[in-house]
Amino acid sequence: MADLTTDFLGIKSPNPFWLASAPPTDKEYNVRRAFDAGWGGVVWKTLGEEGPPVVNVNGPRYGVIYGADRRVLGINNIELITDRDLYTNLAEIKRVKADYPDRAMIVSIMVPCEEEAWKAILPLVEDTGADGIELNFGCPHGMSERGMGAAVGQVPEYIEMVTRWCKKYYSKPVIVKLTPNITDVRQPAAAARRGGADAVSLINTINSITSVNLDSMSPEPSIDGKGTHGGYCGPAVKPIAMSMVSEIARYDETKGMPISGIGGVTTWRDAAEFITLGCGNVQVCTAVMTYGFKIVEEMISGLSQWMDEKGHTSIADFMGAAVPNTTDWQYLNLNYIAKAVINQDDCISCGRCYAACEDTSHQAIAMSEDRTFTVIDEECVACNLCVDVCPVEDCITMSALAPGTTDPRTGKVVQKEYANWMTHPNNPAATAAE
Amino acid sequence: MNTPFTPGIAAERLAAAELQENFTDLHAPLNRHEAMVAADRCYFCHDAPCVTACPTDIDIPLFIRQIATGTPEAAATTIFDMNILGGMCARVCPTEDLCEQACVRELAEGKPVEIGRLQRFATDTVMDKGVMPFKRADLTGKKIAVVGAGPAGLSCAHRLAMLGNDVIVYDAQPKAGGLNEYGIAAYKTTEDFAAREVDWLVSIGGIEIQTGMALGSELKVDDLVSCFAAVFLSVGLGGVNALSVEGDNKSGVDDAVSFIHNLRQASDLATLPVGRNVVVIGGGMTAVDAAVQSKLLGAQQVTIAYRRGRDAMSASRYEQDLAASFGVNLLFNVQPKAIYGNGSVAEIELEYTSSDSGKLTGTGETIRIPADQVFRAIGQTLTDDGGLNLDGRKIAVTGAGRTSHDLVWAGGDCASGGDDLTVTAVAEGRDAAIDIHNTLNGGI
Repeated sequence: MADLTTDFLGIKSPNPFWLASAPPTDKEYNVRRAFDAGWGGVVWKTLGEEGPPVVNVNGPRYGVIYGADRRVLGINNIELITDRDLYTNLAEIKRVKADYPDRAMIVSIMVPCEEEAWKAILPLVEDTGADGIELNFGCPHGMSERGMGAAVGQVPEYIEMVTRWCKKYYSKPVIVKLTPNITDVRQPAAAARRGGADAVSLINTINSITSVNLDSMSPEPSIDGKGTHGGYCGPAVKPIAMSMVSEIARYDETKGMPISGIGGVTTWRDAAEFITLGCGNVQVCTAVMTYGFKIVEEMISGLSQWMDEKGHTSIADFMGAAVPNTTDWQYLNLNYIAKAVINQDDCISCGRCYAACEDTSHQAIAMSEDRTFTVIDEECVACNLCVDVCPVEDCITMSALAPGTTDPRTGKVVQKEYANWMTHPNNPAATAAE
Repeated sequence: MNTPFTPGIAAERLAAAELQENFTDLHAPLNRHEAMVAADRCYFCHDAPCVTACPTDIDIPLFIRQIATGTPEAAATTIFDMNILGGMCARVCPTEDLCEQACVRELAEGKPVEIGRLQRFATDTVMDKGVMPFKRADLTGKKIAVVGAGPAGLSCAHRLAMLGNDVIVYDAQPKAGGLNEYGIAAYKTTEDFAAREVDWLVSIGGIEIQTGMALGSELKVDDLVSCFAAVFLSVGLGGVNALSVEGDNKSGVDDAVSFIHNLRQASDLATLPVGRNVVVIGGGMTAVDAAVQSKLLGAQQVTIAYRRGRDAMSASRYEQDLAASFGVNLLFNVQPKAIYGNGSVAEIELEYTSSDSGKLTGTGETIRIPADQVFRAIGQTLTDDGGLNLDGRKIAVTGAGRTSHDLVWAGGDCASGGDDLTVTAVAEGRDAAIDIHNTLNGGI
């Protein structure tokens, strides 16, 4: 069985599966059970400053988006940071860390944007023996209106400033958690690095309204007839998170910076994908909120089996392996030409490919009287929509035309050489190759 | 060439092609796509009722999630870790009475997650590759005798070997497998699966199988305990209960288990003789397996005659419906009164019964139905008790199969307690192995 041991910023954990700062990590009871279930690490739910704890709403905190068969695809929440006493949390963190020395224990923190506030809390956190801290610059509701959370994360200068304070008053690794509610995630990541952050983690939740109750005319979750935007997470946000992770992994000012990947990790495969895009580990929340702590067993067995099959002996073996293959549009090979191929033996004649292509794409699929569907190579641009909507896996595939053959759509011979938009004759800014 | 209408007992009632079609897999295996769709339906319940319902406590939600996430190999390991005969159990378990009955989607929609077929998908994936996912622990130097190579014995042997012990498994029959090899309907375990499963199971190493060795003749408990560190008895129930009615010695009155045994070992199903009119006496799985297979061999009329009502029948409603779907006639509340015929059986007389607080009495009213062949399927009995204390008609056991002898454990159908199911036998064999290992090696 492959070695899943992870070293992230010098913090060792038996596997790369950490629980994200969220309701599942709010107290000793949960965290002990999570560790007993096999989780490699935990980011303790965000601590606020000393004094009266924040208050939460007393009605619904979560809204949901379902897929088929009521499968949870996304959850949004309007819960705030921990509403438990600071010293209770600190005492619990210290006890749990002492009992589980081989697990990663990170403490999430959010206090006002004043140096004194950070100076006050950091020694208390240091005293718990936790392995590091994560700065919650991402919470999009409730706290941001008070000048914390996403309100800090949306201003790179604040990120840099607060990160500096943390590096000044805290001796262990500092992870900056980034909000996706921003136009260019590279900027806050670069600011964190300038401030001395050891790593970034992303994404925090996305501003969202999951649904509107058409009887009460209130957004859900509805509190006495009113709703507000919440933070969206779960499988639905994974593509957004992976794109942001890849941008940070590729950007000159941030590449090489350790990343903890967050956003819809539900299976071992999701985790592997985040890691190939440059993450050193992943953080999970919605999946455990849906299925419980036990799913880590599948994540461990699945990742380890896949690593064995691929010959990877450690997480580091494939970390960032997909980063060199993530590029910008203008560098994609325009001489790569493919056509859809429908395997008639697998086809169940549902006609979804036909509807998609005929109504919304390139009219490149023919339908016969007896419901046989075939690709018209003269029209097919290889857009992949038919593959995407086909209910039968691998029934429709994309087949690349060999160099030297003629593309029946354009009448042109397929060239072997790579050529991208930068050199394309239709590009007014193209730099001539001659 | 005979037909279903050929009088008496005759072979070749159906053409070879029809026989082959009749005895293919009862439930076709799921392909990958079907498995993914079926797995998607699992809710990954907390403290799942299906696991509670499984005699071997397989972590069903976990293995289904492992299938759903593209790792059926990991799913198989999850299954085999608790049930090394998970491949056979996936085929023969009455899932409709166990895991699938407990499935919350059975409660919600009357359509449980197809746990049995998913289990087969996972276990076939690994067994078809010939991969044994377990390795033996450091050798203990202990040698244990297992008597009976059925599900309980094989399960016990595998776990003992896995824990580092050496095992000799004895069996009275020419082949290992017990009822998996000799006693289960052919369409539930096609393509010689039982034998292939034994070969795969022993590939862990440390297990030697010796056949043609029966308890009471070649083997004695006293000799075994002097030669081995411990003994596990899993000899099953070799005897068949008699009908005890007038005429039950006529030609054509046979044991259902012998009929199934011969059918399982036949190289050509066309050579198997079967009656035109077959009556099976009994209400268990053996009765159903004998009746359905008689029908599939070409019997024209097949009747299961059971002395109590439908609900008391130990074959599940699913199995009853299965039999009915093949055209087997189910008669309830009848008991055999007499068997008629000149040398060979020609007719059976059944008397209606009524039940008063569980006590069965004949009403006096009878019916007669034509019968060229009558199968006894009214239960089996222990043939040799090894001199151990009995509980009723089985070897008395406490805890993980401990018998009245300090060095002898027992499990499976020959031991007291538990249902007479393959999966129960596997659990008993596994648990006895762990107890034997701990006892011999000073474990907990």
